[in-house]
Amino acid sequence: MSKNTPKKSIIIIGNGISGITAARHIRKQSDHTITIISEETPYFFSRTALMYVYMGHMRFEHTQPYENDFWEKNKINLRSERVTQVVNKKQILEFESGATLAYDILIIASGSKPNKLGWPGQDLKAVQGLYHKKDLDTLESWSPTIQSATLVGGGLIGIELAEMLHSRGKKVHFLVRESSFWNKVLPPEESEMINQHIRAHGIDLQLETELKAIESNEEGRAKVVITHKGDRIESQWVGLTVGVTPNIDFLKNSDLALGRGVKVNSYLETNLPNIYAIGDCAEQMEPVSGRRSIEAVWYTGRMMGETLAQTVVGKKTKYAPGHWFNSAKFFDIEYQTYGNVSIEPNPEEEHHLFWKHSNKNQSIRLSFNPTTLELLGCISMGIRLRHSIFDQWLTDKEPMDRVIQYFNQANFDPEFYPTYEKELSLEWELSKAKLIL
Amino acid sequence: MGTLKSKINIMILTQKKGSLILGSSGFLLLLSSLFFSPQDELLLLVASMLMMVSGSLLYFKKVYGSSLAGIKNDGVWFNALTAKGIWGWALGIALTGFYVAIYWFPEVLGFNPNGTSTGLVQVFDPLSYALNGNAATQWFLYGTLYTTAILLFGVKFIWKYRHNRYQIIRTISVMFFQLCFAFLIPEILGKLNPETPYFAKDLKNMWPLNYYFLDQWHLKNMLNSGNLGLFFLTFGLALMFIISPILTYFYGKRWYCSWVCGCGALAETAGDPFRQLSSKKISVWKFERWMIHVVLVFISVTTIAVLWSFLSSNSTMSWFSREQFIGGIVIFILVVMALLFFWKTGALSKDAKYSLLSLGIILIAVLSIQAFSGEKNILFINSYKLQKWYGFGIGAAFSGVLGVGFYPILGSRVWCRFGCPMAAILGLQQRLLSRFRITTNGGQCISCGNCSTYCEMGIDVRAYAQRGENIVRSSCVGCGICSAVCPRGVLKLENDRLENRINSENYPLGNTL
Repeated sequence: MSKNTPKKSIIIIGNGISGITAARHIRKQSDHTITIISEETPYFFSRTALMYVYMGHMRFEHTQPYENDFWEKNKINLRSERVTQVVNKKQILEFESGATLAYDILIIASGSKPNKLGWPGQDLKAVQGLYHKKDLDTLESWSPTIQSATLVGGGLIGIELAEMLHSRGKKVHFLVRESSFWNKVLPPEESEMINQHIRAHGIDLQLETELKAIESNEEGRAKVVITHKGDRIESQWVGLTVGVTPNIDFLKNSDLALGRGVKVNSYLETNLPNIYAIGDCAEQMEPVSGRRSIEAVWYTGRMMGETLAQTVVGKKTKYAPGHWFNSAKFFDIEYQTYGNVSIEPNPEEEHHLFWKHSNKNQSIRLSFNPTTLELLGCISMGIRLRHSIFDQWLTDKEPMDRVIQYFNQANFDPEFYPTYEKELSLEWELSKAKLIL
Repeated sequence: MGTLKSKINIMILTQKKGSLILGSSGFLLLLSSLFFSPQDELLLLVASMLMMVSGSLLYFKKVYGSSLAGIKNDGVWFNALTAKGIWGWALGIALTGFYVAIYWFPEVLGFNPNGTSTGLVQVFDPLSYALNGNAATQWFLYGTLYTTAILLFGVKFIWKYRHNRYQIIRTISVMFFQLCFAFLIPEILGKLNPETPYFAKDLKNMWPLNYYFLDQWHLKNMLNSGNLGLFFLTFGLALMFIISPILTYFYGKRWYCSWVCGCGALAETAGDPFRQLSSKKISVWKFERWMIHVVLVFISVTTIAVLWSFLSSNSTMSWFSREQFIGGIVIFILVVMALLFFWKTGALSKDAKYSLLSLGIILIAVLSIQAFSGEKNILFINSYKLQKWYGFGIGAAFSGVLGVGFYPILGSRVWCRFGCPMAAILGLQQRLLSRFRITTNGGQCISCGNCSTYCEMGIDVRAYAQRGENIVRSSCVGCGICSAVCPRGVLKLENDRLENRINSENYPLGNTL
C-alpha cells in the first residue's frame, strides 16, 4: 500500500474545487503531509454558490461543503498566505508575509480571474467582475447605493449577476456583444428561449451591443455606461463578465512554462519536475480531442484533482475525462448537456432532432450521425435528464431508434411531471421520414 | 416606462401592506375575545375568519402571483422572520405561549370544564355545535386553528411551488387528510354517536404517534363502542402491522410523513418558511440517532407495560392472557432481530446494529416486566405513571411546545426528527428495507448547498450528492424540496429495486478513473 512510501510534503496553491479534490484523494490514499495555501477564504466553499448568498437563499457558511473541523480531522493543513514567488531551485514558496515554505511536490490550482478588455473606465470604483469571495463582498458593499446596474458580456456569470441584482430590486441593463445570448454554445432556438426569458424577468437585454466607455462621478465611481451605439445608461455599478483568464501572474518570474495558463501535458505535469497544475489555471498542451485547452468548469476541475491525486500517490494516471457534460440555470430554466452538440453542424456528420414544448420553456435537442444514426449528444432546457444513461448511450454509440424508444429511462424530472416522450418520438419519426426522402 | 414600472411596484407594495393589515386585523379581532367577552360569537368568528383568510390569500397572491413560476427563496436569510431575527423570536415566543396555554392553562383561553366557556373558546361554540353537537373545548379551538393554518399555508405553498407537480399533489394530499381525516370525520362521527365514550377517531393517527392508542382507558372505550370502536381498533392495528410496512416498503416513509401525517402537514405548510433553520451539523445527526432510538425504546416499553397492566386487570375483555401477550411480543422481537442479524450487512451493518441494540433493550425490558412485575407496578414503577410522564414529556412538551413553538428558531421538523417514535419506526424500515431513495444524477453536483440548506430534516444532502451517492437516510421524509431547489437537476426521489440503492463509489460519474 502506498501508505508505506516515504512521507512527502505536498503543497497545494488554491482551495477551490480542484485543489481540494486533489487534497482529499491524496489523503485517502497516503500519509503525505498536505498543506493548502489560499489568500481567498479560510475554508473551501462552492464558488458556483456565491450568487445564492447575494440573493439571500443561503448564508456564506452554507456554501462550505465541509465542517470547519474536517480539515484538522483529516490532517490537511490550511494556511492563509499570498504566494509571491515559486523558487523551484530551492523547492520553496515565498509568501507576501515574508515567510517561506518548502515542498516536495507542488500543485498549482490557483483558478481564474475576471477578464478586462482595456475599456476606458474599467478600473473605476464600482466596476468589477464576480469570481472571488471578495468580489461578492465588494458588490455587497456597493449594493445599497445601486439603483441601476449594467452588465457587460453575455455568459454564465453575466446572467447570474443579472438574476442576483434583479432579486434585490435593481434595474439591470445587460449588454451582449453577440446577436443572441450565449450563442457560441447554445443553438439558436435555445438561445432565443433564454433571450425571451431574460426579458420576461424585466431585464433590459441589449443584444449586439458593446461597451465603449464608463464615465465616473466626482468621487471616481461609475456613473454612466456608454455603448458603442452611443447610448448612455445611468449605472451606479458595472459588472464586467467577459470571461475569465488563468490566475497565474504570481508565476511570471518562476521557471514554469506559461501560456495563457500553466502549460501541462496530459499527466498534468508542468515543465518542472514535481510541479503540477490543475483546474482553471491549467492549459493543456495536447487537449483531449474536441475539447478546449483551458476548461474553466467546476466538473473538469474536480476531475483533474481526482486524476492528479492518483499520480501523486504513485499511480501515474493520464487526465482522461469521460464524455462531456455540463449544466447551468438561467433564471428559472435549467440547462443540461451531454456529449457534443455543434451550433453549426456539418450536415454530413451531424444532424439534430429538436423538440420544443408548445408553450413552456422546455426543449430537447439530440445530435446524431446521419449515416450511422448513432447518438452524439444532447441539450435539454427545462428538463432533467439522467447522466448515467446518457453516458452509457454515448459510450455504446446507441442508435437513435433505441434512444427514442428508451428515452423514458433517461427522464430525471420529479415524479408526476408531465412527460414528453411521445411528442419526442413523433418528432423523430417525422425527421426520419425527411432523412429518407 | 421606468415610471410605469415603479408605479406598478408601488401599487403591489401598497396592496401587500393592505392585505397584511386586513389579515392581522382579523387576527386581532379574534384575539380581542380574550379580553372582551363577545356579544355575538358567530358574527365575531365569521368576521375574523373571513378577514384572516381573505387577507392572507390576497397577500400570497401579491407575493407569488406577480412573479414568474420558479424557486422563491430570495431574501430568506435577510428576513427577520425567517432568519431567526427579532420577528422569528417574537413568533416563537407567541407560539410557545399559545401551546403552554392549550396544554396546561386552558382557562386563559376561556375554557371552563364545569360550565359554559368564555373568551376565545366561546367564539368557536357555533362551529363546534354545528360539527359535533357540543360546546367548544380548547382542543376544538386548537383543531380548528390548526386545520385552518394547514389549508391557508397549503394554498400559499402550492402558489409558491406551482411549477412543481410533485409539490402540488403532495400538498393537496396533506390538506385533504387534515381537513377530512383529522378534523371533519372525527367531529361528525362524534355527533352521530353521542352515546359512545371518547376514543380517537382520526383513522390515520396510528400508534405510536398516537401514544395513548393502546392505553387502558382508550382500549376500553373502543371496545365499549360497538362496531365503530371495533373498526377503529382493527384498522389501527392493521395500519401498524400490515398497511404501514407495505407502503413504507414501496414508497418510503414519505407516504406518511409528508403526505398524510398531521404534524407533517403543519410542518410542510405553515412551517415551510422555517425549513432552512434545521441544523446540519454531524454532531446533531449523532444526537438525533441516539434520541430517536431512546424515544422508540421508551414508547415501546411503556406501551407494552401498559398493555400488561390492562391484561392483568381486565382479563375478560381479551381473548389472550398477559402471558400469551408477552410471549407473542418476545417471539415478534426475536424474529425481527434474527432477520436483521442474518440479512443486513455491508452498508447497512451499522444501522442494523443500532436497531438490534434497541430491540435487545426492549426485549430485556419485556422479560423483566414478566419476571418482576405485579399487576400495576412495572419494575416497581406504576405503569400508568410512566405513561403519564410520556404524555407530558413527549406528547405535550416535545411535540407541541418545542415541536411547533420553536418552528422559527429550530426549524419546522424538530419533533419529527428527534422525538417522533412513528418517524423512528418508519425511518428504520426506510433505511433497511424500502425501495425509496433520492438518486444523485451522476457527476452533475456543484456542491452549492441549496439542498442541504433547505432540508427540513437537517440532512446534509450535499455530502452525498457531491460524491455521486444516492441519499438513503432514515430521517428523510421525502418532501422533495432538495430536488426542487437544486439548480442543476441533480436529485430525484425514486422508488426502485433494492440492489445498488446505496451506491458508494470512489468517484462521481464523468472521469475515466
